[in-house]
Amino acid sequence: MPPRVNEAIEKRTFAVLVDNEPGVLARVVGLFSARGYNIESLTVAETDKAAHASRITIVTSGTPLILEQIRAQLDRMVSIRTVQDVSSDPLGIERELSLIKVRGTGEQRAEALRVADIFRAKVIDTTHESFVFELTGASSKIDKFVNLMAPLGLVEMSRTGVLSLTRGVD
Amino acid sequence: MTTQITAEAETMTKPLTGAEILVRALVDQGVDTIFGYPGGAVLPIYDALFHEPRLHHVLVRHEQGATHAAEGYARSTGKPGVVLVTSGPGATNAITGIVDALMDSIPLVVITGQVATHLIGSDAFQEADTVGLTRSCTKHNYLVKRVEDLAGVVHEAFHIATSGRPGPVVIDIPKDVQFMPGPYIGPEEARHKHSYNPRTKGDPAKIAEAMALLAGAKKPVFYTGGGIINAGPKASQALRKLAHMTGAPVTSTLMGLGAFPAADPQWLGMLGMHGSYESNHVMHDCDVMVCLGARFDDRITGRLDAFSPGSKKIHVDIDPSSINKNVRVDIGIVGDAGSIIEDMIAAWNAGGYKKPDLTGWWAQIEQWRARKGFAYRKDPKVIKPQYAIERLYELTKDRDTYITTEVGQHQMWAAQFYRFEEPNHWMTSGGLGTMGYGLPAAVGAQMAHPDALVIDIAGEASVQMTMQEFSTAVQFNLPIKIFIVNNEWMGMVRQWQQLLHGERYSHSYSDSLPDFVKLAEAMGGVGIRAETPDELDAKIMQMIDTPRPVLFDCRVAKEENCFPMIPSGKAHNEMLLGDDGTDLDSAIDDEGKMLV
Repeated sequence: MPPRVNEAIEKRTFAVLVDNEPGVLARVVGLFSARGYNIESLTVAETDKAAHASRITIVTSGTPLILEQIRAQLDRMVSIRTVQDVSSDPLGIERELSLIKVRGTGEQRAEALRVADIFRAKVIDTTHESFVFELTGASSKIDKFVNLMAPLGLVEMSRTGVLSLTRGVD
Repeated sequence: MTTQITAEAETMTKPLTGAEILVRALVDQGVDTIFGYPGGAVLPIYDALFHEPRLHHVLVRHEQGATHAAEGYARSTGKPGVVLVTSGPGATNAITGIVDALMDSIPLVVITGQVATHLIGSDAFQEADTVGLTRSCTKHNYLVKRVEDLAGVVHEAFHIATSGRPGPVVIDIPKDVQFMPGPYIGPEEARHKHSYNPRTKGDPAKIAEAMALLAGAKKPVFYTGGGIINAGPKASQALRKLAHMTGAPVTSTLMGLGAFPAADPQWLGMLGMHGSYESNHVMHDCDVMVCLGARFDDRITGRLDAFSPGSKKIHVDIDPSSINKNVRVDIGIVGDAGSIIEDMIAAWNAGGYKKPDLTGWWAQIEQWRARKGFAYRKDPKVIKPQYAIERLYELTKDRDTYITTEVGQHQMWAAQFYRFEEPNHWMTSGGLGTMGYGLPAAVGAQMAHPDALVIDIAGEASVQMTMQEFSTAVQFNLPIKIFIVNNEWMGMVRQWQQLLHGERYSHSYSDSLPDFVKLAEAMGGVGIRAETPDELDAKIMQMIDTPRPVLFDCRVAKEENCFPMIPSGKAHNEMLLGDDGTDLDSAIDDEGKMLV
């Protein structure tokens, strides 16, 4: 459906529980590429060996109608057991892990360490002129950290993409 | 019965091979007909078929033909169609028909051979990544690497193909798995690996809300589609009842023709790009639209932002992703069309609604009808294509007739001029628009209905795409009639070139056409040619009375256009008619030219 002018693009995280079988990731990714949907991040791993279940967390974006379509398109795939809209769920938790390498000496290096401390990032490797930080949190927190590190000698980073779960007993 | 007991007794003593498991599972699924073509990677399965008299194998001439034949079989019976092809080119040739079945929601189970498991990925002879190639064009697909999984997969494949929104399922079976001994489990004992149980029952609250809306409508319409056909004959019966209770007019997509009888006074004819004048105006002006088992396809809606601007829309579909996909609706109801229409009837009665007074609406509709949008100028010397189909209809309507078509102008004329009273008697390629569909589909329909009159209304260009299947009809004594509306042009391409491309007829004229009469004879069938209107009836009767496959070369006016036509990018009420003398080139703006 053509997007209407007044419809804002929203970001959305879907947690997709799938049958763990060959080709299932290709099915999901193929659906997104065939229908022109965005994938901003995607994580996948087996989460329940006995039940042959894997969990795919997809961050996507689109107008509300497109997001409704994405959900419906996922939901009807035979290999998909459930589709959960984590972002619209008040109990939804979203976290990301990142590894960030910063190069610098002197005051720059000290400032990087101070900022890391504020963000509760862990130092997992250091040389006289570099750090590798490990930081987990909401994607927005990691974005902020990365922005602060950019002028302090950010050279490389790796991010897992969003993982999600809901709070509470269920 | 005896053979079955023997087969079961055999199972006790020695395990079946993968090929035998497959064949046994097909029989247990109630399959009686397979459309296929042998090759290296399915030889063990063909070996197992050799000993199985309960499965009739129709040897096609090209794997695409097998898939369309299976579609014709499926569409005319309501049962899934079954295809068996080899690896590599066998599978890739089948893909057109698989996509066709996906687009038109036709249940197919397609079995493809694959190279042995240890060769997969080695670029072996006739190896193709069939599950990769068909992932986006099947409802689901399988590569069976363990013989232990085979029986369960086959049973599950039939369940998936036929439940919810039907569609094609591919089962890719490596050759070594076909040889391997393994356990058989029947359909009852098989445990499905996937929990696929689509919703069939509609939400009662929404159904009640929909009926309240319909009861208050001044200008209602039922817009129905192929979903009614897929929901079975009961759904068509229920639709008729609901329509009569509410008094609302009924129109249908190309795929839904026959669900509502053309003879009924409430019938408006097909809607859409080449639909009837009255149905498109009704869609544009209605105040409540009830869409049952259709999907707001672009051939139907025309320009989206001008589509039925003043109406409240109710959409019933078994596929939740169809709702709000192209058009925003007010009430979306997920479920089986048949079950929901029955619940609608109950809700209408429970609500105490009476048949509303729609006199004003019907008076308006009669004015549109009076415009006679399908009118064409008859010619005493030349057969007009519309006339050919009118006469074909008149001379075959009282028989048990099944119509298939190819794709193009003839297809639209068939939809306009052939009138269907019952579901499952009309088979056409709607979504994918596959030229070459009709001849093999006729083969499939005739296999399912040996005594019926099966006619492919064809174009001379389309029919050549799968012409070789005429041999299949000859081999299996299938007396199909290929009624070629021969204007020597790819008519719809020519029409668009005339309207959109300044009459530059680039490569749309078929020079060097075969002599279809001689061709029919060469292939072992019968050829008939009609060249003038006064001989047409007698020739059609000759065709009907010929108990063998017939190629009928009906020479028609060469440059007739198909009207009405909603030009690309225009709204329903901006139809072009054949006789209104609009400057056709200027009727479509630049934006419209981008659309197909």
